[in-house]
Parts: sequence; structure tokens; C-alpha cells
Amino acid sequence: MSAAREPVKVLVTPVKVDYTYTPGIASEKFLLGLKQGKLLGAACDECGRVYVPPRGACPRCARPTSTFKELAHTGTVITFSIVRVPSDNIDVPLPYCVANILLDGADISLTGLIQECPLPDVRIGMRVEAVWRPQAEWGYGMANIKHFHPIDEPDVPFEKIKEIS
Amino acid sequence: MRDVAILSYAQTPYVRTERRRNEVEMLMPVIDEVVAGSGIPRREIGFTCSGSTDYLAGQSFSFVMAVDAVGAWPPITESHVEMDGAWALYEAWIKIQCGEVDSALIFSFGRSSMGETAETMTLQTDPYTMAPLGPDAISMAALQARVGLDRGLWSERDMAEVAARSRRHAKTNPDAQLKGDFDVDQLLAQPYLVDPLRKHDCPPVTDGAAAIVIAADGLARRSVAKPVWIRSIEHRLDSHQLGGRDLAVSPSTELAGKRAGVAQGRIDFAELHAPFTHQEIILRRALGLADDLVVNRSGGALAANPIMSAGLARIGEASRQIVAGQGSRAVAHATSGPCLQQNLVCVLEG
Repeated sequence: MSAAREPVKVLVTPVKVDYTYTPGIASEKFLLGLKQGKLLGAACDECGRVYVPPRGACPRCARPTSTFKELAHTGTVITFSIVRVPSDNIDVPLPYCVANILLDGADISLTGLIQECPLPDVRIGMRVEAVWRPQAEWGYGMANIKHFHPIDEPDVPFEKIKEIS
Repeated sequence: MRDVAILSYAQTPYVRTERRRNEVEMLMPVIDEVVAGSGIPRREIGFTCSGSTDYLAGQSFSFVMAVDAVGAWPPITESHVEMDGAWALYEAWIKIQCGEVDSALIFSFGRSSMGETAETMTLQTDPYTMAPLGPDAISMAALQARVGLDRGLWSERDMAEVAARSRRHAKTNPDAQLKGDFDVDQLLAQPYLVDPLRKHDCPPVTDGAAAIVIAADGLARRSVAKPVWIRSIEHRLDSHQLGGRDLAVSPSTELAGKRAGVAQGRIDFAELHAPFTHQEIILRRALGLADDLVVNRSGGALAANPIMSAGLARIGEASRQIVAGQGSRAVAHATSGPCLQQNLVCVLEG
């Protein structure tokens, strides 16, 4: 086969775009809170639902969420999955558990890892608590929370969380 | 065809950098204002369509998050175009023509300040043969300006006069970003930014958002005192290959203008989406507008260029001027792509 007929299999065209990200009023408060070891939710001006992380608007009411509330570091597993495939984004031994956790005082769940718990024991309704990294490692991100682990409290009945899950 | 009218228009004040608010926080007051002005309760608006690009935010699916500003509960019928909001308005207009809905909310937004806008726009070119060469938005416009200058179709003075007039007009627009009285000779004494373009030939970097509510026939008449009728709306496009086009003219604008019936009646004023000075000259000629016609009373994209909203804003501004009694038949135009590649033309009547 002559060189002219060789198929073009790879063409590298690097793309680089730089951004200076500014998170907005609500997200900025949330991120500053993380740096201080706090989980801040924000309540809708109209319906009172508490969002975490807050983005500034209640998606149901399209109203601002002006009232910030410090949330507990405890919550309830709303749903979970056992991950058995590797990912470049996460440095945790396989298999591991990812869960949506409804923090006490919040009306939407956020995502976290469940550890210090045998995987077959993870269940919807299980009570968990955030395990923070050492304070010296705290930045402005959710990575400040290493994972969640179970706490010795009775499960929340499914009936009480079914609307949110 | 159903009669479709613009009921209301709202926008943010245009600023160089929106430091505090994110897109949703910027949009909420704009959506509130435009919905209140439409006379239609928010949950009764039949369709929502937005125009934006993830490249401005550097965040995938950023438009989905923006829907928080609309209130998508109970679930709404919603769509999005990765184009200026003027094309979102076109989609909504089609949806009303099809009889699926009677009203629609259209919005668009962008914070250009977060990135290097001119370079980000390189990414809209062919990713294999053109983008790697790195032509930014200003360089591409400069190629276009050069063609017309060398052919004697316009002069650098003509271009500076467009800039001076745009900024003079913008003095009456409280939302405009660049405004004031500028002397053409002094503008021409400035150095080139990207030869043959000087700074005044280029648009400012602008953060902003805009929104429009449209509705059909009886609903439009019942909802507001002065509906502004969209008598026609057409869009056409030229090749994405700059080398495949005569950059000094805009066949797609000319065709869209003909199909929209621009010449079939008196035109009182125009709002043209021309981010670069020479592009206003190209557009005026393509649409066959009289030399003394008032163009861009708002200041246009040379006074504020909120990318993804600047086209929708031309339609909104034109409707606002009709409601204010500054004319009864107007042309509004939006563009997308490098060097006026895609063009939308509509005729509005009060």
C-alpha cells in the first residue's frame, strides 16, 4: 500500500480553554462554609425547602433561596450503588459504595461514599455521618468530607423518605 | 399562519464582569420581570426555550441548571439551542405555528468574562483543519474587514462612524455598557488592535441575560395592551468555511431579508446584530436599508455584546422601541458563527 493511501487513523488537535470560575452568591457561601467545616443549606423564600449544595434558586418555585442554615453532618441513605468498575476520578479500592444521603435538615440529597461498613450491610434508610479529613487538609470542596460511615441509630422507615427518594 | 406577538422583554444591565451572581442568579429577576410583563401566569406559559453555550461557562449542561430560574415543577415542556437566543425564539415561534402551544418563554444568558471569549470562539470552527490554526473571533472579523476595505466597499472612517454612532445612541440606553460621545478623527488616531480593526471596531466583553415572552392571536391581545407582532421570521446560513465565502457580502442575510419581506413596506428603524463595525455596513446593504435609517438605537452589539443574548436582545430592543412609540414597523436581525455566517431576520409591527 502506498503512503498516499494509508488511512488517517489519528489526528491530534489539542484544545485548551482557560476559565476563571466564579460560583455565584449561594454556591460561594456553601464553599466558604466547607472550608470552615460547615455544611450550609439554603431555604427557598417561598416553599422553605432546603437545598444543599445551594445554587441560588428553588427549582420548584423559581424563587431565591435567601435563608442559609447550617445542616447536621448526619443523614439518611436514600439510595446507593456498589461500584465494581475503576474510574480515573476516584482513588478508592474496588468495590465501594456510593450513596445519595439526605442530610438532617435538608430537602434534597447529596452524593457521598459509604465506608467503614461491610457492603452487604448498606441499605436504604441507614443512618450515616460525615467523616471529615483533618482540618489542615480542608479546601473549598466536597473532598473535605472523606466519606460517610454508619452510626448507631435506628433506620429511618422507607415511608418517611419515599417522597424524596 | 398564526399571528404571534412579543408580549414582553427583559434583560440584565450589561456589565463587563458579573462578579457575584451565577447564571441562575442573573436570570431569576429577568424571568420574573418578563413573565410579569407578559400578563400570563408563569405556570400557564406553554413552552420554554433557551439559547446558551457551555463553552462560555466551561461547564457541561450548564443550560440544564439555568432552568432552575424558570421553575420546572410540575415538569415543563422545555428545549434548548446551542445558539443565540434569537434561534430559541425561532423554535418557539415554530412550536406556536404548529399549534402545539399558544405561548412561550424564551431566554438566553452568558458570562463571557469567565473565559477568553475571542479564543473560545475559535472552537466553533472546523476542529481538524481550522481550529488548530487558532484563528480567534477578532482575527476572523479582521479578514472580513480587509476584503471590503481593499475592494473599496467601505473605509476605516466608515467603520469608525459606525462605532461613534453606536456609542452615541447607547447614551439613551440605561442598560448599555459602552456609551458616550467619541470623535471619529480621534478614534482613527488609535492604533490597530488586529489590523485593520481598531479597538472601537470590536465589541466589548459583556456578561448578561435576556428574555422574551411570545404568544399567539387572542391570547396575545388579551394579555398586554400593545403586543408587537412578529410578521415574519426567517433564517439562512452561509458556509462554515471562511475560504468558501465572499466575506464582503452576506447572501444569507439578503435571502432571509427577502423571505421575511423586509422591502414590502416602510421600515421605521432596525436593530442589527453586528458585533464588528464593518458588519453593520454589510448587513445594511444585504437588507437594502436606506442610508438614513435609524439603526441600533440601543447601541447594538458594539455597545454591549452579551454572547448568546445579543441577537435576542436586538429583537427585544426593537419590540421595546415599538411599544415606546418610536416606530411601528422594524427589522430585527441576529447573527451566529464567524463573520456573519448564520443570520436571522424578522419584521416586527406594533
